[in-house]
Amino acid sequence: MNLPSNIASTLLYLDGVSVSFDGFRAINNLSLTLDVGEMRAIIGPNGAGKTTMMDIITGKTRADEGEVFFDHGRVDLSTHDEADIATLGIGRKFQKPTVFESHTVEDNILLAMKGKRSAFASLFHRSSAGEAKEITNILETVRLAGKRGALAANLSHGQKQWLEIGMLLAQDPKLLLVDEPVAGMTDAETEETARLLKHIAEDHSVIVVEHDMHFVRELGVKVTCLHEGSVLAEGRLEHVSADPRVIEVYLGR
Amino acid sequence: MILTRFFLGGFDRGITVLIALLLLLALIVPILHLAVPPTSFFHIPTFIVALLGKYLTYALLALSLDLVWGYCGILSLGHGAFFALGGYAMGMYLMRQIGSRGSYGNAELPDFMVFLNWKELPWFWYGFDNFAFALLMVMLVPGLLAFVFGWFAFRSRVTGVYLSIITQAMTYALMLAFFRNNMGFGGNNGLTDFKDILGFNVQAPETRMALFSASAVALCLGILITSALVNSKYGKLMIGVRDAESRLRFLGYRPESIKLLAFTVSAVMAGVAGALYVPQVGIINPGEFDPGNSIEVVIWTAVGGRGTIVGPVIGALLVNAGKSWFTGVLPEFWLFALGGLFVFVTLFMPKGVVGLWTSVKARWRAKPSAEITQPAEAQT
Repeated sequence: MNLPSNIASTLLYLDGVSVSFDGFRAINNLSLTLDVGEMRAIIGPNGAGKTTMMDIITGKTRADEGEVFFDHGRVDLSTHDEADIATLGIGRKFQKPTVFESHTVEDNILLAMKGKRSAFASLFHRSSAGEAKEITNILETVRLAGKRGALAANLSHGQKQWLEIGMLLAQDPKLLLVDEPVAGMTDAETEETARLLKHIAEDHSVIVVEHDMHFVRELGVKVTCLHEGSVLAEGRLEHVSADPRVIEVYLGR
Repeated sequence: MILTRFFLGGFDRGITVLIALLLLLALIVPILHLAVPPTSFFHIPTFIVALLGKYLTYALLALSLDLVWGYCGILSLGHGAFFALGGYAMGMYLMRQIGSRGSYGNAELPDFMVFLNWKELPWFWYGFDNFAFALLMVMLVPGLLAFVFGWFAFRSRVTGVYLSIITQAMTYALMLAFFRNNMGFGGNNGLTDFKDILGFNVQAPETRMALFSASAVALCLGILITSALVNSKYGKLMIGVRDAESRLRFLGYRPESIKLLAFTVSAVMAGVAGALYVPQVGIINPGEFDPGNSIEVVIWTAVGGRGTIVGPVIGALLVNAGKSWFTGVLPEFWLFALGGLFVFVTLFMPKGVVGLWTSVKARWRAKPSAEITQPAEAQT
């Protein structure tokens, strides 16, 4: 396989990826690269293929065509399954907050914490003081320090989103995929989340999918606009939102 | 060393009380049965002992189902199969103990084989004259079946109602197979006419009492193992599988191996329950594989309260005591009552008797301070 030379500087590299479901092309010749340490916002109307793209990166969906590489082109993601990809260092937050509702906030983080993943290892796991301290750090980062003992089911919608982001942090991934983190949040929570993500992006690579333009502006990072499964425009938000094709897609045709 | 650490999960009070009660039962019932004269008010008659012993093995079966259903979210409608396989393994040992005392007086072959004109013992009956070997098989056969079945089912990501249906199909297929005479397990008559266990007459009151106490102790062990599993990090993963399997997968865990471990341990527990059941009731036949039996286990567990350790034990005891009473008074209506009970519990007591008890207790405690807000309904 001939890989381009610039792949060595990328954390994530998608080239010519296509996938269709029953004849519908959800992703159509999509190419996208993400540099190490970069934070990227992905925007696009409903059905643009944003979530399908995440499914492909995390191994939930297999691409029909194209290449998906991770970690400086060293790992071909199409040969790994979800659990493998997660241990390779890609964490994913779902669109709908998905946490373990009948566990406490602390236990949610504990289960996410980097470590052995086999069933037998978990059988003989002992919690340590170091672990507890790490949980405290993460809970402070995601503004949930006061909720440590609370059941996840009793958190507010926004707090569940934060908890899930906290679980991603506990995983200590190289790349965080964050799907609509501020959906259903209040304005204050949205601003807090932007601050949180910017803080996380200081030492992680992040891809954020979001509809909320105000939030994307707040992040102030490079934006990729998807439409019908491929990249429509890419660049700074002012540049992308001034693109006549993007305006057409968003305002109807 | 590892085991003590493993069991050091710290049990809650309900479990400690339950284990104490069971051990007390294992001690008191034999005394009241053997040492107290039949004329005394405190004497426990044989049929009650037989019933109680049977209920205890049912309780262990319900507990094993709860491990996979209540904690791991796998609704097995075929757990009776593991129970029956454990029972058959014990039955085979008991058959080999009959020796030349059978109707045909053949020292080597059980009666039904002589009747079928078989000349020699099939290979899969070898070794069952040895109690230790039989005991190993009691655990190994159900465990292995569960492992292989689970391996394929969980890897193929068969979940929910589809998984329930194939577990049901598994027990049904086994029932049909065991009904066949040439399977070598006694066909529809099954295995019966047992004489000795470890050299003691199975009918003797002392042996019955020993079996009764063994059932109580086995149930205690089952409770200890279950609570050790549930209180470990692995237990949290089981609940994770139940509540958000895909979240766990994207965290890098393999839900299939978490389920496989629980399913296999559970099948072994069910097998042990079956092995204790058979010598106490004196027979094992393919009817034990009936899918209806497995569904009844689900009802016991639901009634007692799934996802708790005390629940399935209470449920199995309550429903079976009810069954014994009901089938004496209004035999035709038992199945209607059972079905009605299941509907009632599902609709109005989703957490079973144990859930009812906890909520009553919580309300009673909350009464003094009227200001306390209603606790949020737990989401299912």
